[in-house]
Amino acid sequence: MNNRQKQEEILRISGVNARKCMKCGKCSATCPAYDEMEYHPHEFVYMVETGDIDRLMASQSLYKCLSCFACVDRCPRGVQPFKLIEAVRLMNIRKQGNNHMTANDIPSILDDDMPQQAIVSAFRKYTK
Amino acid sequence: MQRIGVFVCWCGSNIAGTVDVHAVAEALKTEPGVVFSTDYQYMCSQAGQNIIKDAIRDYRLTGVVVCSCSPRMHEVTFRKTASQAGLNPYMVEIANIREQCSWVHKDVPTGTEKAIILGRAAVAKVNLNAPLTPGESLVIKRALVIGGGIAGIQTALDIADAGFPVDIVEKQPTIGGKMAQLDKTFPTLDCAACILTPKMVDAAQNENIRILSYSEVEKVGGFVGNFEVTIRKKARYVKEDICTGCGACVEKCPMKKVPNEFNLGMDNRRAVYIPFAQAVPKVATIDPNYCNMLKNGKCGLCARVCTAGAIDYTQKDELITEKYGAIVVATGYNPISLDKFDEFAYNQSKDVISSLEFERLTNAAGPTAGKLVRPSDGKHPHTIVFVQCVGSRCDACAEKGKEYCSKICCMYTAKHAMLTRDKYPDTEVYVFYIDVRTPGKNFDEFYRRAVEEYGVHYVKGMVGKVSPEGDTLKVQASDLISGKQLHIDADLVVLAAAIEPDASARPLATMLTASMDTNDFFTEAHPKLRPVESPTAGVFLSGACQGPKDIPETVSQAGAAASKVIGLLVKDKLTTNPCVAQSNELMCNGCSSCELVCPYGAITYIDKEFRMPDRSIQIRRVAQVNPAVCQGCGACTVACPSGAMDLNGFKSEQIIAEVDAICR
Amino acid sequence: MPVNGYKPLIVAFCCNWCSYAGADLAGNNRLNYPADVKIIRVPCSCRVNPMFVLRAFQRGADGVIICGCHPGDCHYTSGNYFTRRRMALLFSMLDYLGIERERTRVEWVSAAEGAKFAATMNDFAETVASLGENKRLEDLRCKK
Repeated sequence: MNNRQKQEEILRISGVNARKCMKCGKCSATCPAYDEMEYHPHEFVYMVETGDIDRLMASQSLYKCLSCFACVDRCPRGVQPFKLIEAVRLMNIRKQGNNHMTANDIPSILDDDMPQQAIVSAFRKYTK
Repeated sequence: MQRIGVFVCWCGSNIAGTVDVHAVAEALKTEPGVVFSTDYQYMCSQAGQNIIKDAIRDYRLTGVVVCSCSPRMHEVTFRKTASQAGLNPYMVEIANIREQCSWVHKDVPTGTEKAIILGRAAVAKVNLNAPLTPGESLVIKRALVIGGGIAGIQTALDIADAGFPVDIVEKQPTIGGKMAQLDKTFPTLDCAACILTPKMVDAAQNENIRILSYSEVEKVGGFVGNFEVTIRKKARYVKEDICTGCGACVEKCPMKKVPNEFNLGMDNRRAVYIPFAQAVPKVATIDPNYCNMLKNGKCGLCARVCTAGAIDYTQKDELITEKYGAIVVATGYNPISLDKFDEFAYNQSKDVISSLEFERLTNAAGPTAGKLVRPSDGKHPHTIVFVQCVGSRCDACAEKGKEYCSKICCMYTAKHAMLTRDKYPDTEVYVFYIDVRTPGKNFDEFYRRAVEEYGVHYVKGMVGKVSPEGDTLKVQASDLISGKQLHIDADLVVLAAAIEPDASARPLATMLTASMDTNDFFTEAHPKLRPVESPTAGVFLSGACQGPKDIPETVSQAGAAASKVIGLLVKDKLTTNPCVAQSNELMCNGCSSCELVCPYGAITYIDKEFRMPDRSIQIRRVAQVNPAVCQGCGACTVACPSGAMDLNGFKSEQIIAEVDAICR
Repeated sequence: MPVNGYKPLIVAFCCNWCSYAGADLAGNNRLNYPADVKIIRVPCSCRVNPMFVLRAFQRGADGVIICGCHPGDCHYTSGNYFTRRRMALLFSMLDYLGIERERTRVEWVSAAEGAKFAATMNDFAETVASLGENKRLEDLRCKK
């Protein structure tokens, strides 16, 4: 997948229009995990908008995001930076092009304490 | 049979880019009635108009079709051209091949094909056109200005200066509007009261101006030159002509806990009040929601202390009906409600205030007599954070903010920051901005002065969160240029709230049948060329009711609106639109269907004598249209069961001919 | 929106004050919509006689759309209310005659809604195109 395809894929998965961003920085201002991050929510949006995808996908900042939705709630333009971050995370998971989990794996990991829902969502997430 | 000329305009490349104009001219040559067809680069230019005039003379044309831009743009131009060449102007039809063809279609074959069909429809219509002559109607030489802020006052003064009587209707007890609440005005920093109050006094003393304060427009009827407006003068329980404005009643009133809306609820007033010292008219008003006498019949103190005997608890709302030639809308704006912005803690802390509240706090006539203190504890703030674009440029959530830029916030925030640093140099002032927008004479210089001379910290970024903690307000914001998240302990946070049209504007627009945009701002007749006229004839726009505006712009627009009103009122008569309904008396069966649907009451019935073929006389009831009152909507034409009613300029057979031409 | 090379013929009646201006705005903003839509200007949507709609179908139109000001915003105060009632009646009669409901439509488009105008026309043209040609009321004697 080339850079452009990756960019389009991220935008498609997230359903975000990065061009709506007016660079006010309210997402980063409101982010509780700001200090932990190398790139910050407004930079995520900018990097996706300008196609700087590889650097973004390699960054550990992705996993510092707490998914608190503060940036989604407060963005005056409705850009939803969190959804972009989540989309980039998904891209990383799907990147290798192979299944991390198949239906055959499920019986072995079943146990009474694990909620069914967790297995279903893990299956969805880790299966291509 | 008509002799029709077809003129196809290139509009530079606007039309010629996607429409093969030669092919259009060529194809229309074979249409019935067409005797001449040509194309030219700019039909609306002098040279283009001359081509039309020459053709009308040389080919003895009886009808003209211009394939060009929208008729809303140049129909008037080409009709004038035709009449200069001796042709009845209503024999001209426009085929809109720019806005509705070349600009919306991409490839040449499609554009050309559609342009030919549109041209064909116009030719079919002209074939059935008949010369029309406009009628006349009288102009009532009196204007109405709705709204008594700076826009309304300036418009009224300018109209009155030209010698025409003007009424100002203001819903508050005093004129003055938002400007009366301001402290200083950018970019010159002169005090708002010093430049506004003389104008208010001028308006009160001008013998051509009548101020109807504490009044609202209730009903609007009629049409340009002849509006009939009903105004409700609300009961103020004080006889306006007797009250001297001495204020004795205000001093004695025992109801002391009424939130003072003039100071945005930051202090209290009495139940009987004069909004501020320079109010015009300077007359007391009793607030019926708080007055004990009006609510319970107990008290009556104010009546006892009033030496003039002006208090009248029995006063009732009064309805005034007046005729006007022109109406100016100047309903102004309001800051939006900040209740929904939880992240800025506006509802949680008294020390988070809006810019208009800040304006009152620094105003010498305000609740603190001009001393800048925290509303919560009266202490002097040492760190102030200004947040711009609160609710402006916000399209994520319509109930929270507004999509547009409110235009004035950048400048007033710079003013607030500068004045604060000037008066209290020990205060640290931060301004968080997304963009600083300062187009305007001496505006950018003003903003730079705030930064360079007064040391205001301008930070590119937005505040994300304000949380009150003890005495301080913890402000969390981003500094996008240094790439940091800032944490500031502020004493006062000032939010530059977006502005929105006054809530009274929407019902008023419905009464005036003036159109509004999706944000409830009044629409102008043309965004560039007719900025102060509404699309409804005789209704003009002044000030922020048309869009966010600062004072210099409002005043210039007010003057422009006044000049348009004067231009209308100096005329004794107006030519009326000849495209009105007409009934064929021979076909009319007197059923009253048309009379029932007419929104203007333009149709009446008379008994008319008809001489029958056998020379007997028969009296029949037939409809008659008053052409001065009819606005030409055509509702009656469809209601008429016998087909007697038709609309000049849009006759049924003409529209059918257009349908046929399109569907050929 | 050609489907199998077939292009529908659509007649749009637009009121002068709102929808025609909205169409102009769509042009000003260069918002594309199919060239199959041909606009006829009327002073108010209430000028549209049901007869005009029937005539269009008789002459082979595939769809007819009537655009007026939003309810309450009519330049002539109440014209669009008449339109709404008349067309509701007419369309149900057309339905009875076998002209699908989707071929006729009344829309409110204000002078500020260029984008809505273009979107409406795109949608309507697509709907009509998907229904195919309309021959039920067409009068072949009218065709040359």
